[in-house]
Formats: sequence, structure tokens, C-alpha cells
Amino acid sequence: MALLEVENVTKRFGGIVALDDVSFEAEPGEIVGLIGPNGAGKTTAFNVITRLYTPDEGDVRFEGESLLKTSPSGIIRRGIARTFQNVELFRGMSVLDNVRVGAHAHRGEQSSEDVLFYVNLHSLRYRQAADLPFGTQKRVELARALASAPRLLLLDEPAGGLSHEEVAQLGTFIRRMRDDYELTVLLVEHHMGLVMGIADRVHVLDFGKKIAEGTPAEVRGDRGVIEAYLGTPS
Amino acid sequence: MLVAAFTWTEFAQQIAAGIREGAIYAGLALAIVIIYRSTRVINFAQGEMATFTTFVAWSLMNHGLSFWTAFPIVLALAFTGGFAIERIVIRPVEDAPVVTIVIVTLGLALLLNGLTSLIWGGGNRQFRGPFSTRTIDVAGVPISVQDIGIVAVSVALVALLGLFFRFTKLGLALRASALNPDSSRLVGVRVGWMLAFGWGLAAMLGAVAGMMVAPVVFLDPNMMQTILLYAFAAAVLGGLDSPIGAVVGGLLLGVTITLLGRYVGFVGQTLKLPVALLLILLLLIVRPGGLFGSVTVRRA
Amino acid sequence: MTPLLELDGVEARYGPVTALRGVSLEVGEGEFVAVLGANGAGKTTTLRAVSGTVRRSGDVIFKGAKLPRRPDATARAGIAHVPEGRGTFSELSVWDNLRLGAYTRRGSLKEDAQRVFKYFPRLEERKGQQAGTLSGGEQQMLALGRAIMARPKLVLLDEPSLGLAPLLVTEIFERLAAMKTEEGMAVLVVEQNANLALAHAARAYVLEVGRVVVTGSSEELRANESVRRSYLGY
Repeated sequence: MALLEVENVTKRFGGIVALDDVSFEAEPGEIVGLIGPNGAGKTTAFNVITRLYTPDEGDVRFEGESLLKTSPSGIIRRGIARTFQNVELFRGMSVLDNVRVGAHAHRGEQSSEDVLFYVNLHSLRYRQAADLPFGTQKRVELARALASAPRLLLLDEPAGGLSHEEVAQLGTFIRRMRDDYELTVLLVEHHMGLVMGIADRVHVLDFGKKIAEGTPAEVRGDRGVIEAYLGTPS
Repeated sequence: MLVAAFTWTEFAQQIAAGIREGAIYAGLALAIVIIYRSTRVINFAQGEMATFTTFVAWSLMNHGLSFWTAFPIVLALAFTGGFAIERIVIRPVEDAPVVTIVIVTLGLALLLNGLTSLIWGGGNRQFRGPFSTRTIDVAGVPISVQDIGIVAVSVALVALLGLFFRFTKLGLALRASALNPDSSRLVGVRVGWMLAFGWGLAAMLGAVAGMMVAPVVFLDPNMMQTILLYAFAAAVLGGLDSPIGAVVGGLLLGVTITLLGRYVGFVGQTLKLPVALLLILLLLIVRPGGLFGSVTVRRA
Repeated sequence: MTPLLELDGVEARYGPVTALRGVSLEVGEGEFVAVLGANGAGKTTTLRAVSGTVRRSGDVIFKGAKLPRRPDATARAGIAHVPEGRGTFSELSVWDNLRLGAYTRRGSLKEDAQRVFKYFPRLEERKGQQAGTLSGGEQQMLALGRAIMARPKLVLLDEPSLGLAPLLVTEIFERLAAMKTEEGMAVLVVEQNANLALAHAARAYVLEVGRVVVTGSSEELRANESVRRSYLGY
């Protein structure tokens, strides 16, 4: 049984169909990439999974049970944690306190200190989150997510704003995290290099519809995907 | 609004009284800042600890000891008490959320207050201070010897503390523990003991503040409650992690409210505290870190 | 001859993550030993396990006795740990930083300070300066100076070359080698720059996923095919 099942989800905002009968799955231990041009519906899909939006049609199941009866604040207790594109940290709080918020869900045996050591932020734990460089703030957000001992980790454009070298390190790190914490990772990403480098499977959205799925190699060569990104050849 | 009669002599006296008030707030504010800097804890029991030790001083003096004989004994007891409280009461909740620690210190305050009433009874009593209450002439202005004495003691204490922190190995270790506990451990500093030492020092400061203020007001279990409020205000005004700020804040606050109380009619004695707090609130809006707080000192 | 430092199957965990899976290594008196490996291999954790910064299972023997498991106690036992990021007291002056380095020693600091200034004249120039305003290279010198103020038997160095210009790094390593010889102390250095480390170390251990996979003299490692490819770049 897949860990996460998104089944025939449709989400409308007024006249716009943000997600149109979208289905995909994530098996335990997989790194799944969700890609597509701007406005394709990737972040909407994330927000449906984390219950910020309720789908108009379809279901989302986690560990076999529907998520639709869970409130947004209950998601983390089910074992789903996410990071945000623009880093939503508590800017006035220290790194340690930010991570402690994640541990609030009281899942798992680890301490916030353990997580901080793991992401190599322990020596910075008393610093104010707002004082840190952007890349480091992203790591704090990651630590906060890990502190809740999730089974499924949703990463929203983790490579955004990172340098070339940082992205390479990020890729290695996501793989290590997946292995060390026995996670399943779903990431929305624009950085093709990152997604194609670490994802086990990739799903492609365009205008709210899923247009392709497969291994990175399969998707890379898919005609529909190429056209969606580059436009139809004249 | 302003009181009509104004003489320079009285003004000078009011300033002197304000400085004396301020010196006491400064002492207690410094205690609060020392604990905050080293442990990031706001010690709401600071006032009650001071009251308790002042009562001990009173008892010692009641048994025939002179003030200055009792003084070092009380300081030693205060230090030991503060040290023990940190190790026994605070250490177990060291890593707990801030709210938990706040509640622990509030609980400690209630406990000490009750203990004080239990041991010495609730009534107020006179506390014979070490300084006489007569006045002497300072450049034509009559100033109370007691006021001068209180300020002198406070100044001496702050100066000694300053020297201690700057020049002694222990003082350096205390500063280091507050700034970077990890690195402190790596050079061999027992950070836990340093924190307890900090509490001991703060308790000593509180004891001095208590013994200075008791001759001026009456000694009763609730003596320090209002003063603690002023001390908090002074600490925040100065920037919670700045010792200099605590002293400057205390003096500024003392002088300001004394002058306000005397010269601004509607303030009188009853509105002194609310007006003072309002002014501080306004300042914090403009300068959130307080006068000397670290928020305003930023390195690139 | 019994080694100065001995790790026997040491394990360390960060919550659910096993960072060290039974690491065994030794450092002889006055020896210069390097620990190499990729990011996340457990190099930093090894040093932390020795100094007691991180909880470990398994014993560490130092000078023939079981090493205590707390950082302040290991410092008193004669181990100076310069952590990743140098651990400088940024708000204190250079002089105060050095004073703190000598915390475990009694008596006058003058002689020890003179020795530090001999190795790093620049520090004497900047004696009264706030440590946080020093350049990266100077902070590294300060960290080393602080370490030897305690006259340690063993110095643990974590990534000394990090963030420093190559010329500066060479200079620092050369001073380090001189210090080691003149002070008679052993050095255990963690380095990503494997070439540099092997140029100065007598022996090295290579870690992968929390385990020692290769060990030998520097010559042996430089001749080792897989080590060359993975860590030496040729």
C-alpha cells in the first residue's frame, strides 16, 4: 500500500481549475518529485495534502486513511511535515525554539538537540532565526520539520535561493535524511538538476492536469513534458 | 498642571532623593539582568528573595548585632540561598519551555512571601539603617546622610562587581558562560556551577537593595513588590541584557518618577508607577531593545 | 607503547539516527592523525564523541584511563577541542579568549601567552580587539592559540581549513605542525581537504556512513586507488 495516495483530486477557485482530476502516489521510502511550469498546480497540490485547501472532488489518503477528516493543525500529528517556499520561521525566536515548536507534536523519541546536531545547527541554536542567512534559515525549517518525527516530508522548492554548490549539498542531504529517518519525501521543485538527480519517481503537472509520470529518465524524454516547458514547436 | 512653588534647593533635593530611589532600583535591576544574561530567565522571585534576606538582617540586629556586623553575614546567607535555589529549583527545569520557568519563579516568589509572613508575621516593623537620618549641607542644599549613604553603598557594590567581572578569572568564566556555554565547557568551565554562582550574586545584590530600602519604607513581607516592578521597568528600559543599562535605567527611572511625582500635579504619589511605565512603553516603541540592549548593537 | 587516545567501537546517535556505528581508532603521543570522509560520514561526530559534546556509547581511553563524558571534564583531562566554526567568544577580546583557554591552568599566563604570540604575532597586535571583528584566518589562529594555552596533550581540530584562503590554510597548518613538535602534543584533525591533511598527518582514518573503512599511513592512503579517486581527486 502506498504511503500517500492522491486520488482524482479536483480543486477549483471560482472559474479556475487549479487541479483537474489529479492522481499520484508515493511509496514508503521514495523520493517523489512534483514538477511543472509555473501555475501548474504544484503548490495547490501541496496545500490540499496539508489540508489548507479542501478538494472539490477526490480523496487524499495517508497510510490508508483519508486525510480529509483531519484539520490542518492535525496533519503534523498524523506524521506529515512540510517546509515552505519562502521559509516560514518564527523570526523573533531562536533556532532552538523554532525547532522545539516542531517537536511539540510529541512524536518520536528524539530531542530537539539531536535534530540540531544532525543538521549541523547545534552551535547556532541560541541565535535568532531572523539573523541567519537564507540558506541556514532553510536548514532550520528542515530541522523543525524533522523534529516532529514525520513519516512524510513535503519540501516546497527547497532549492530556491541556493547557490549551485548548496543545491548539490542539499541533494545529498535529502537522500541521507530519507535513509537516516526512514522518510518518504515529496518535493515540489523548479530546479531540474536537483529533482532529476535524487527523485525515484517524478510526476509532471501542467495547467492542473497530470501529463506524465515515471522515473526521471523516462520523464525527461517525454514529448508532452518537453512541450509543456518549452511551448509547442511552431 | 505644574505645582506653582519651585525652588532650586528643593529641586536639588528631589534629584538627590530620585538618585537614591534610582540606586535601589538599579541594584535590583542589576540582579535581574545578571540572571537574565546568564540563564535567559526572568527571576520573578528577585524581590521576595531580597525581602526574606532583609528580614534575616532584622532578626540578627534584633539579637544585638550591629548593622555592619550583620551585613556580611546576610550577604553570605543570600549568596548561599541564591546558589542553592538555582541548583535545586531552577536546574531541573533548565531545558523546559520559558513559560514553565516563569511559573517556577512566580511560585518561588509566592512561597518566599508566605514563608516570610510565617516566620516573622505580617505586620510591618522599623528597620534601623546604618546611616543617620540627619541632613548635611551640600553646596547649600540640605541632603540626608542616609540618601548619600545608600547611593555610596550602591555605587561601591556596582563598582566592585564591575571589577570582579573584568579582572578576575571567575568573573571571566561567568561572562563566558553567559555568552557561549558550549565553548565555555570546552575550555573546562563548569557552566552549571557558573549559573548557580550568578544566582548567588544576584541574591546578594537583592539583599543589599533590601537592606538599603528597609530604613526608608517599613519592613513588611510585601516591601519589595512595588520596588520589583520599578526594577523590572528599569531593567527593560536599560536593555535586559545590559548591566550598564540596568544601572542607568534605574537612576533615570528613580529621578524621573520622583520629579514627576513632585512637579506634575496630576501624577502625585498614586500615579507615579503607571506614568513611569507608560513613558517606558513609549520609549520601547521607538527603541525596542531599550537604551543599551543588544538589539540596537548589530554587527554585520 | 599504549596509545594516548583509544576509541573502541564507539557509537553515537542523534535520536533515531546512528551517526557513528562502531568507530575504532587510536592516536599515539605526539602523533598527527587525520580523519577524512565525505559530509555526513561522522567525522565531526567522532571529535564530539571524544570531547563529550555528544552522548556516546562505548569507552574512550585517554592516558590509560576512561575519559569522562562531559566536555568540561575532558578539557580538564588535557584535551583541547576546537570545534567546527572555531567556538570563539566573539564578544570578548582576543586577550580574554586566550585567558579562557588557560582556564584549567593555575598560575601566570604570561609565559603561555608569549608562546602563542610567537606562533601568531598577529594576535599580539590585536590583543585588545573584540574577537568577533577578526578575519576568518585570525579567528582560526585565535582558536588554535586558545587551545594551546591549556598545554593540552591532545588537540581535536574540526575542519580548520573551512572558509579560509588556500595560502592562509597552508600557513596555519605549518604553524600547527611546528606547535605539535615543540609543545609535544598530539593532533587529531578532521578535514575535508584530504590532500592537505595527508601532507601533514602521519596516519589517517577514512570514515563512511559512521564507520572506519580505510586506515593507514599517509603514504599508504595516497597510494590507495579508491581513496585517491574519492577524496584526493585524481
